[in-house]
Amino acid sequence: MSVAAAQPDTAPPAGSTAAVGGTAARARRRGSTPGRLPWYASLPALVIAALFTLGPLAVVIAFSFMTRPASGGGVVYEFSTDAYRSFLFTKNFVGDLVFNPTYLKVFWTSLEQATITTLVCLVLSFPLALWIATRPPRLQTLLMLAVTIPFWTNLLVRTYAWILVLAKDGVVNRLSTALGLGPLELLYTPMAGQLGLIYTFLPFMVLPIYSSLAGFDFRLAEAAYDLGARKATVVRRIIWPLARPGVVSGVLLVFIPALGSYVQPVLLGGGKVLLIGNLIAAQFGDSRNWPFGAALSVIILVLLALALLGVRWWSKRTGTTVSLSL
Amino acid sequence: MVEAPVVSERRSPEVVARENGLTITAATKTFATPEGTEVHALDHVDLQIRDGEFFVMLGPSGCGKTTLLRSIAGLETLDSGEIYLGRDRIDDRPAHARPVNTVFQSYALFPHLTVAQNIAFGLQMDKLPAAQVAERVAQMLTLVRLDGLGGRRPAQLSGGQQQRVALARALAKQPRVLLLDEPLAALDLKLRRGMQDELRRLQRTTGITFVFVTHDQEEALSLGDRIAVFSDGRPAQVGTPEEVYERPVNRFVADFIGDTTFLTVPVRTDGDAQVVQVAGGPAVRLTAPAPVAADGTTTLAVRPERLVLDGSAPPIATGTLAELVYMGTDLRIRVALADGTSLAVRVSPPFEGLALRPGATVTVGAAPEHLRPLAVEQA
Repeated sequence: MSVAAAQPDTAPPAGSTAAVGGTAARARRRGSTPGRLPWYASLPALVIAALFTLGPLAVVIAFSFMTRPASGGGVVYEFSTDAYRSFLFTKNFVGDLVFNPTYLKVFWTSLEQATITTLVCLVLSFPLALWIATRPPRLQTLLMLAVTIPFWTNLLVRTYAWILVLAKDGVVNRLSTALGLGPLELLYTPMAGQLGLIYTFLPFMVLPIYSSLAGFDFRLAEAAYDLGARKATVVRRIIWPLARPGVVSGVLLVFIPALGSYVQPVLLGGGKVLLIGNLIAAQFGDSRNWPFGAALSVIILVLLALALLGVRWWSKRTGTTVSLSL
Repeated sequence: MVEAPVVSERRSPEVVARENGLTITAATKTFATPEGTEVHALDHVDLQIRDGEFFVMLGPSGCGKTTLLRSIAGLETLDSGEIYLGRDRIDDRPAHARPVNTVFQSYALFPHLTVAQNIAFGLQMDKLPAAQVAERVAQMLTLVRLDGLGGRRPAQLSGGQQQRVALARALAKQPRVLLLDEPLAALDLKLRRGMQDELRRLQRTTGITFVFVTHDQEEALSLGDRIAVFSDGRPAQVGTPEEVYERPVNRFVADFIGDTTFLTVPVRTDGDAQVVQVAGGPAVRLTAPAPVAADGTTTLAVRPERLVLDGSAPPIATGTLAELVYMGTDLRIRVALADGTSLAVRVSPPFEGLALRPGATVTVGAAPEHLRPLAVEQA
C-alpha cells in the first residue's frame, strides 16, 4: 500500500512524441526503448493483484450488500442494506428501528486502543531510532537486525511467549513474588492486550523513522549547535521536522493494523473487551452473520481510506513526501 | 614528554589570556585510524589570532587545519591545550555557548526553513524579540545582497546564493570570530573570485575576526591579512602573504605556496659572505645566511618569476631551453642546466622580439636576494 504525495509521472500525450519525430519517437511507440518492457510484461503482477487484493475486496463488498440466510453461515444472493442498518440500529420488540450505540462503542474502544498503541510506539521509537541512527555504521546494521528479529518468528508463537511471561506462574509473577510483592493479575487484562499490541507494532514504527533519520545530514545538527541551540532544541527544531515523513509512515503502519488487530486482544486480553477485529471474526464464526461482518469490514476500509486521503491532503499542503514502506 | 627548553619559550596561558584576540595554546588532538594507528591531527599548536584580522589557515588535506577550526567552534574536543577568546577560556564551553559562528563547507542550511528563517535561527536561540529578529534578518539579507529572496527555500537557490545565506546566518549573531571552513570549495572559479571579493568586503565592513580554512594557496594569498601554513598537525609558518611567499621558512612552505625550484648546491665561505655556484655557473654571493649541510651543500629556493632570460639580472647559470608553454599571461619555460637539474622560469609579457625556442642556449639570471637559502631538513 502506498500513499504517494508526488504525482506519478504521467505519460506524455501521443501527439507530443509525434511532434518530436525521428526514430526515437517511433521506437518508443513500438515499445522497444532500451530498459523498458511492453505493457504485457506486467500481466503477472496484474493477475496477482486482481486475485489476491481486488478479488477478496470485491467479494467482501458484495457480501455486505446481501441477505443473511435463515440459519447457518453464508449469504443469500439478494440485495439488502440490512447489514449496514444493523450497525447503528436495532429492531425493538415492536419492530421499530431504534438507535443502538453498541457497535459504535466497539469502534470507539478500538480507536482508543489503536491510538494508545500508536502514541506509545511513537514515544518509544523516536529516541530509539535517533540513537541507532547516530551510532557507527556497523553497529547501526546490527541494531537494525535486532529490531527486525521478531519478524523471524510467527506472531502467534510470539504472543504465546507473552502468555508465558505474564501468566500467573510466569516470569514476571515469580519475580514479584520473590521480591515479596505477591502475584499480580497480568494476563487476560485489557492492559495485557494493549501491551501485546505495542510489542507487535513497535518495529513498524522504528523502521520508517530510522530510515528517515539515517538519511539525515547530521552536519545540520552541528550547524544548529553552532548557532546556539541546545540538544533539545536541535531535536525539536531540526531533527524532528526532517524526520516527519518517517514519523507519518510509522504512524500509519502502526495505526491501521492496530485498529483491526485480533490476535493480541483475544490471546492476551482474554477477549474481555470487544474490538472491531474480534467483532468481525465473531460474525464469520459463532454469530454466523456474514453480511454484517462484511459490512463492518467495509466501514473500517472506508474510514481508513478517508484517513489516508487526509494524510495525502496534508502531505500536498506541506510538501512532505510520505511513503508507506519499510 | 621530556621537559625540553622549547617549553619555556612558550608563553604561559595566564600571560596570553590577558591579551586580546583568539589565543590557542598547546592544542593537541589525536584520532585513531581504522587501521589502529594514531594520527596527530593537532600537535601542540600555538597560535595568536588578532582581533579584526582576516586569518587564513592553509595546508593540504589532513594537516589539521579543519580540526583546529572545529575545536574553536566547539564541534571537536581537544585532547589537551587551551583556547582563549580575549581573557575568557572557551575550550571548556559547549558549542552553543561560544561567541563564534561557523560557515560550513557544505553550507548546512536547514532545508525545511526559508532563507529568512535560516538567518533568524541563531537570533531566536538568543531569545531576541521577534521585531528585532526581523530587522536583523533584513539587514543581513541586504549585507549579502539577497534582498527579496528571504521567502525562498535553500533548494531554490544557486550555489553562490546558498553560500551567501550561510554567511548571513553566521554573521547575524554578530560573533566575535567567524570561522569559515573551505566555504568556496564547491563554487566554480569565476564565482569563487567574486565571493573572495565579497568576503574581503564583509570582513572590512563588519570588523569581525575571520578565521578562514583553505587548501588553495592562491585564495590564501589573496584573502589573508596573515596566513598560517599547516603541515602535519602544526603551523609550519605564520606570517603575512608576502612573508610566507617571499621568505618561506622551510621546503614544505616554499613548495606548497607558489611554484618553486629547489637547487642543492655546494657552498663555500669567501670572507664574510657565502658563495654558491649553480651547475658550474658564475659564483653568486648569497645575501642571507645559508645553513650548510654535512656534505657542504645548501638548498636554495627559487621562484620561476624571479628568474630572467633577457640579461636584466646578473647571470647565475647557462642551459638549454627544454620546454616552452604559452599561458597567455606568461610563458612557462623549463631550462635544463649542464648538471641535469631543470629550472622553471616564468617570462612575463611583452613576448615580442624574444628569441625563445626549444633547444636554444639561454642564460638564466637572478638577483642574488632571490636565491633563498632554506633550513636544512631533518631526515
